[in-house]
Amino acid sequence: MGMTMTEKILAYHAGKEVVEPGELISCKVDAVLANDITGPVAISEFKKIGVDAVFDRDRVYLVPDHFTPNKDIKSAEQAKILRDFAKEQNLTYYFEVGKMGIEHVLLPEEGLVLPGEVIIGADSHTCTYGGLGAFATGVGSTDLAAAMALGETWFKVPESIKFYLYGEKLLPYVSAKDIILYIIGQIGVDGALYKAMEFAGSALKLISVEGRLTMANMAIEAGAKNGIFPVDELTLEYVKGRAKREFKVFASDPDARYEAVYEINVEEIEPQVALPHLPENAVPVKEVSGKDIDQVVIGSCTNGRIEDLRVAAAILKGKKVKDYVRCIIIPGSQSVYRQALKEGLIDIFIEAGAAVSTPTCGPCLGGHMGILAKGERAVATTNRNFVGRMGHVESEVYLAGPAVAAASAIAGKIVHPEEVL
Amino acid sequence: MRAFKFGDDIDTDVIIPARYLNTSDPEELAKHCMEDADPEFAKKARPGDVIVAGKNFGCGSSREHAPIAIKALGIEAVIAKSFARIFYRNSFNIGLKILECPEAAEKIRDGDELSINYDTGEIKNLTTGESYFAKPIPEFMQNIIAKGGLINYVREKLQGTV
Repeated sequence: MGMTMTEKILAYHAGKEVVEPGELISCKVDAVLANDITGPVAISEFKKIGVDAVFDRDRVYLVPDHFTPNKDIKSAEQAKILRDFAKEQNLTYYFEVGKMGIEHVLLPEEGLVLPGEVIIGADSHTCTYGGLGAFATGVGSTDLAAAMALGETWFKVPESIKFYLYGEKLLPYVSAKDIILYIIGQIGVDGALYKAMEFAGSALKLISVEGRLTMANMAIEAGAKNGIFPVDELTLEYVKGRAKREFKVFASDPDARYEAVYEINVEEIEPQVALPHLPENAVPVKEVSGKDIDQVVIGSCTNGRIEDLRVAAAILKGKKVKDYVRCIIIPGSQSVYRQALKEGLIDIFIEAGAAVSTPTCGPCLGGHMGILAKGERAVATTNRNFVGRMGHVESEVYLAGPAVAAASAIAGKIVHPEEVL
Repeated sequence: MRAFKFGDDIDTDVIIPARYLNTSDPEELAKHCMEDADPEFAKKARPGDVIVAGKNFGCGSSREHAPIAIKALGIEAVIAKSFARIFYRNSFNIGLKILECPEAAEKIRDGDELSINYDTGEIKNLTTGESYFAKPIPEFMQNIIAKGGLINYVREKLQGTV
């Protein structure tokens, strides 16, 4: 019996020839990460272990991205704990405001998460790196503390589910976000609970590495342990010149075992919107077209990359954000920001009447930089639309890709992009 | 111990909204536990009470603040049809008792009085007289609990290798 990519990566890091789903393994990690929300708890637990130093100062990444630039005194105190620890441990990869990006945009860009690696992060969207063919998953702060000390962690090897994507082209305005929202709509928010979501098929050539990061990012929204893509020329091209260390490529065997296989024709997927209050409530945008909105957020670890901003700019170019609507655009990293400046995208956004911010997770989790009032409604390219996620408990978030979000900002209501062009 | 009943897919933003995550002080977090599902919950719940919920409890964020808030409020255990995986792991790591039991999640009503035997996994509903059995805790998890949590486990492991 062959093994899946996920199984092979885990076996390799556990020093075993073979692993099987359900097996408990102790596994070496290539890197661990935490942010300004989860880091302070992890640091406090780490100190209880009684070791002086982290397992490898080059492989512990701290990214203060959630409530930064610090939104209040308490947040500043939390971020300071991270900074002090980074100094004390002499960590190579601590990213201060100004160099900081949203962790899951920044770390792939920096070549600090690579194909075939095992990465854990005290952030549920750590699964993003599966877009590069890594096994990456979110853990809590205590698990992270243990891994910071040991350089290893334990896993139950997950069953894998294969999503075989086929089709020759995507419909206009459809991006990776629409595909993953569609899939979550099909399987539900616990449709892949504890499982590995493996993406495969002929349509992968239509999905850029940035798009794959977007899709793997939302594997957690189906309850998955990880999302993972095969490593192909696009992946190797992306990591070339970025990779900070050697890496090893793994591929699923043709006779690997899957708990289920879904076949999806990507040609049939229309631009999607996930209605409040679960990501599984995905419907074609046309079904909800016309709903008034108060805010649009374009950014986050899901859709804060340069391609996302290009899509938004193509729609916003020469148009204006509707009166009384706030359109907030947040490049996911300093290099995304700078690239957007070079390409004139930021100018397009400002000309359209959008606010552009320094990188932050900010509004996605209702932290700062765009909180919703009671009864307000937002279209966001973020990943969660839970009750109260972006602000007041009676506010609403509709999840979408950058094209629908930008078009909705112009219309002041949820629309299919073709309605504003 | 009184049961407080919640629905399916209770996410970590409901358990502890991110607007309170500018601190990791357990007492502070406890004050806002389950606030967006039931604003009065933190005031109503008494030490030793139990949360009973449907499928996929704790989905969403990896924030350990979620089980920490529940534990700090004095909630004795969470019984659910199923748990999201990061929440499940976090709960063991910080010592919040969680029991996976679809039957109990289905049949227990809000306000029922319960008693739980953690050794056998038996959940007794004192209000209705019914008994339900939770899925046994995986052996590896039991080992971590026996060591007094993951941090102690790691400490012992490191001492063993030094």
